[in-house]
Amino acid sequence: MNFLPLWRYFDHFAEGVVVTLELTIVAAIAGLVIGVAGAVALRGRVKPLALLVRAYIEIFRNTPSLIQIFLIFFVLPTFGLKLPAFEAAAVALSLYFGAYSVEIVRAGLDSVPKSQIEAGHCLGLTGWQVFRHVVLPPALRNAYPAVTSQFVLLLLGTSLASQVAAGELFHVAGFVESRTYRSFEVYAVICALYFAMAMGFKLLFTAFGLLAFRWPRRR
Amino acid sequence: MALVEVRDVHKKFGRVEVLKGVSLDVAEGEIVTIIGRSGSGKSTLLRCINALETIEGGEIRVEGRSVHTRMKDLRLFRQRVGIVFQAFNLFPHLKVERNITLAPLLTGRTTKAAARALAEEVLARVGLSDKIDAWPDQLSGGQQQRVAIARCLAMRPHLMLFDEVTSALDPELVGEVLKVMEEMARQGMTMILVTHEMGFARNVANRIVFMHQGRVWEEGPPSKLFTAPETPELASFIANTK
Ligand SMILES: Nc1ncnc2c1ncn2[C@@H]1O[C@H](COP(=O)(O)OP(=O)(O)OP(=O)(O)O)[C@@H](O)[C@H]1O
Ligand SMILES: [Mg+2]
Repeated sequence: MNFLPLWRYFDHFAEGVVVTLELTIVAAIAGLVIGVAGAVALRGRVKPLALLVRAYIEIFRNTPSLIQIFLIFFVLPTFGLKLPAFEAAAVALSLYFGAYSVEIVRAGLDSVPKSQIEAGHCLGLTGWQVFRHVVLPPALRNAYPAVTSQFVLLLLGTSLASQVAAGELFHVAGFVESRTYRSFEVYAVICALYFAMAMGFKLLFTAFGLLAFRWPRRR
Repeated sequence: MALVEVRDVHKKFGRVEVLKGVSLDVAEGEIVTIIGRSGSGKSTLLRCINALETIEGGEIRVEGRSVHTRMKDLRLFRQRVGIVFQAFNLFPHLKVERNITLAPLLTGRTTKAAARALAEEVLARVGLSDKIDAWPDQLSGGQQQRVAIARCLAMRPHLMLFDEVTSALDPELVGEVLKVMEEMARQGMTMILVTHEMGFARNVANRIVFMHQGRVWEEGPPSKLFTAPETPELASFIANTK
């Protein structure tokens, strides 16, 4: 076992970490937006739209995300939409994370009692104001634990983007391994890096949760 | 013209007709108490007045305007009508101050600079000045209900609706809420309230409305209704609540 030969590739690993973080964060933000919009659509009165969202969720939750990435990277160009590897992976992972987020956010929205919504309307607020100020904060709090664990799965799932050479950490690992032939060392290093990132985010989420959700839990 | 005019209102839930032609006028400054057995339609009537429920027949007018109207007019109308429920319905994620100032701020009835003073003023009226920075769930039921009333007062309502606002409270907390409502009555607020507090109905209300099976069965001043009920249904209701 010898880790020293890997030291020369420090910049490669660092670059891989950065790309992995970028992919994760882009997909998480886009996915969350999809999640909130999709959850609203699912609860809405426009049946065809709800059906469409439902179909989207089922497709993306019941197919391998690797194939989703492939489809977007290799197949979309035949329809004239050619995305670079990183962008293709980001789109695919956003849609993947979004599909899970919809259900999570919807459960959160459903957890807010109807009487709260009524109270908002009784004060003369608009539908949007009620949603934004009355429903969303408690809904997000209830959805938060599930969203954060899904986020970690997303972080680890970005390794799939290596298959289209998106330049993230797992892709870097393959590259360094082919140069050094130090399989064990290379994968031990990136494993530790994924672990550190995941734990780092968990800490961050815990801290953020404490700051953002300060109201006492219902007894 | 009465402040509230309820004309021959019919309300169904599915096939069940819950209000079977209810009519009721409430004048400005009047305090009307609705009593009646469970399921007689008291809450439904109150909810119809605030257009929380649609109606199948008849009309409800407040200040001369139909309440079952376009969304925009309905919002303006609701900004002037306070409603307090049995379950308080404070927003758990907002401190007392923000619970009170949220709607006045969002509807442009107060400014950021004036909001805290507004909260202080209405909290003083319900005797909770020291709770302005508390979370709702740190308060007792009676305190939460008083904040709910203060939240309505901050909108400067012309009409207040109360639906069994003391029913969820421990007996020792009922008095503090009733006291606030009595004070509002003294200041001339128009109030329609559903209550099981017969003492309050007797002493504070100008008029009692007894509902039975989705109809206004009997109505009149408390002195008359409690001492000389005309219908056997009201007589037995009074006998059972003593
Ligand atoms: N959302 C609803 N859907 C179906 N039925 C309803 C609904 N709300 C009320 N009802 C029915 O309408 C009738 C009147 O209910 P309402 O709540 O107005 O009675 P109430 O006089 O307020 O009774 P209580 O004293 O128990 O509060 C009841 O039979 C009730 O079951
Ligand atoms: Mg009721």
